[in-house]
Amino acid sequence: MIEVKDVYFTYPNGVEALSGVSLSIRDGEFIAIMGQNGAGKTTLVKHINGLLKPTKGEVSVDGVSTQKVSVAKLSRKVGFVFQNPDHQLFCETVEDEVAFALQNFGFKEQLIKKRVTWALSLLNLTQYRQSSPFMLSGGERKRVALASVLAWNPDVVILDEPTIGQDYQQKEKLRQFIVQLNTQGKTVIIVTHDVEFVAECNPHVILMAQGKIMAEGGAKETLTNRSLVTQAFIVPPQISQIFFELSDLKLPTNVIDVYDARKVLLDRLEVSS
Amino acid sequence: MAIIETTGLTYTYPTGTKLSLQDVSITVERGEFVVLTGPSGCGKTTLCRCFNGLVPHFYGGKLEGNVAVAGLKVGDHSIYELARHIGLVFQNPENQLFALSVEKDVAFGLENLGIPRSNIRQQVDWALEITGITGLRERPPHELSGGQQQRVAIACVLAMQPDVMILDEPTSFIDPVGAQKIFDVINELNKKLGITVILVEHRLDLASKYADHVIVMDEGKVVLDGEPRDVFSSDSARLIGVGIPKATRLYQVLKERGVPLKRVPVNSEEASQLLREVLTHDRG
Repeated sequence: MIEVKDVYFTYPNGVEALSGVSLSIRDGEFIAIMGQNGAGKTTLVKHINGLLKPTKGEVSVDGVSTQKVSVAKLSRKVGFVFQNPDHQLFCETVEDEVAFALQNFGFKEQLIKKRVTWALSLLNLTQYRQSSPFMLSGGERKRVALASVLAWNPDVVILDEPTIGQDYQQKEKLRQFIVQLNTQGKTVIIVTHDVEFVAECNPHVILMAQGKIMAEGGAKETLTNRSLVTQAFIVPPQISQIFFELSDLKLPTNVIDVYDARKVLLDRLEVSS
Repeated sequence: MAIIETTGLTYTYPTGTKLSLQDVSITVERGEFVVLTGPSGCGKTTLCRCFNGLVPHFYGGKLEGNVAVAGLKVGDHSIYELARHIGLVFQNPENQLFALSVEKDVAFGLENLGIPRSNIRQQVDWALEITGITGLRERPPHELSGGQQQRVAIACVLAMQPDVMILDEPTSFIDPVGAQKIFDVINELNKKLGITVILVEHRLDLASKYADHVIVMDEGKVVLDGEPRDVFSSDSARLIGVGIPKATRLYQVLKERGVPLKRVPVNSEEASQLLREVLTHDRG
């Protein structure tokens, strides 16, 4: 359980990035945090693993304030995958990179091997085991960063822009994987601009603007609410745009997924024929 | 007239074990808006590096075949000569930005080309204005957000007013409305100034409405090359790993169930119009 209580945060340069954010995330929830650049999304999630501490207010994970535990200890529970993989990767080989945190947490050598193999195959990186992360493409480096966090199996996984540089196939794998993590009872928090990805994942959506939470709710409700979406600087999913343009035909307006769309359209055609 | 032409381009990085490009032959006409897409690691970025000479001049390795940009054979001309004709906006803006202020970063390329001071000022102002970052001109680029950095990176290349602009996923760190604005800017550069645009992009939902030419790569090869509508409606097996627009996807899944639309839509406007025809016709 993650509790964020009336948190304010001001960066050393004087910019107030969070202005009174309150939020509670239950174990096993799947959350997408969305909003404009500079809305405070990344600042907020960096509070959850203790990388940042509130200027005012409190963040607690499983009842313990992030002020009272070290980032090292907290990260065993809360895994964080950075937006830019180059902020995270530094080892000579992909294998070393993925093993690094496990070694730091004191896992046994044999278990490390197993976990590394598991994480690499999960993210389709087995062939790059001995490659330097810096020889890989942007999308592949992003997956190495993901693998290195998933390897130690944290209870809460925070993914900052996980779909950047990923092609459709990898995104689909990532989606299935997130859903799988989630059904295993893990809490998954993604920060993303990728509205089509959110439309396919169907998480609980939190919209942020100017350091505050402006709305939260199911993906279908939030992403098809025109005024909310405009205020949060989000382009609605393409399917919802299509249905919006057809709103005079009295079709439902809360459709964001291709297959839902087909069902709605086929139902309508059947009724009318 | 072709501004970029490659024939039988084949390339391996010095440390690479497999071919990064295999027999790539493409033609880009002057003034085209090209979307270059394909699974991650398929060779898109490598191909772009051949256009501005980073391959082979900087990366080394073995390059076979021919590339010509604006009539210059890339192998025979240095990166800085090519830079007058072709600008590359990197995938990761941090790899491109280094100066202590946005203004200095944007001016850097122009200074290197030896352009007079007053013109530099003018072109910097113009590039900052178009990319919407005039307010950031005194800020250090490394303190900016990912999205802001991407705008700065675009401004740097734009300021040099190249014939061809290559943008390697230029909006990946930007929110969708910001991305749309950047695409609109790129589109304007293309339509009004006639700059040829090569956009490397996975997010075809946003990008494809601007394109008049789509190239799909897979494992170092070009697998599809043509107009967006033809490319997106072709054999879906070859589109594996390509996120075709949801509007096109809807067309496909409806067709599977025996509801054909008259044409292949590539954006929401077209899809809603075609659906409207089907829905209202069946009623009448």
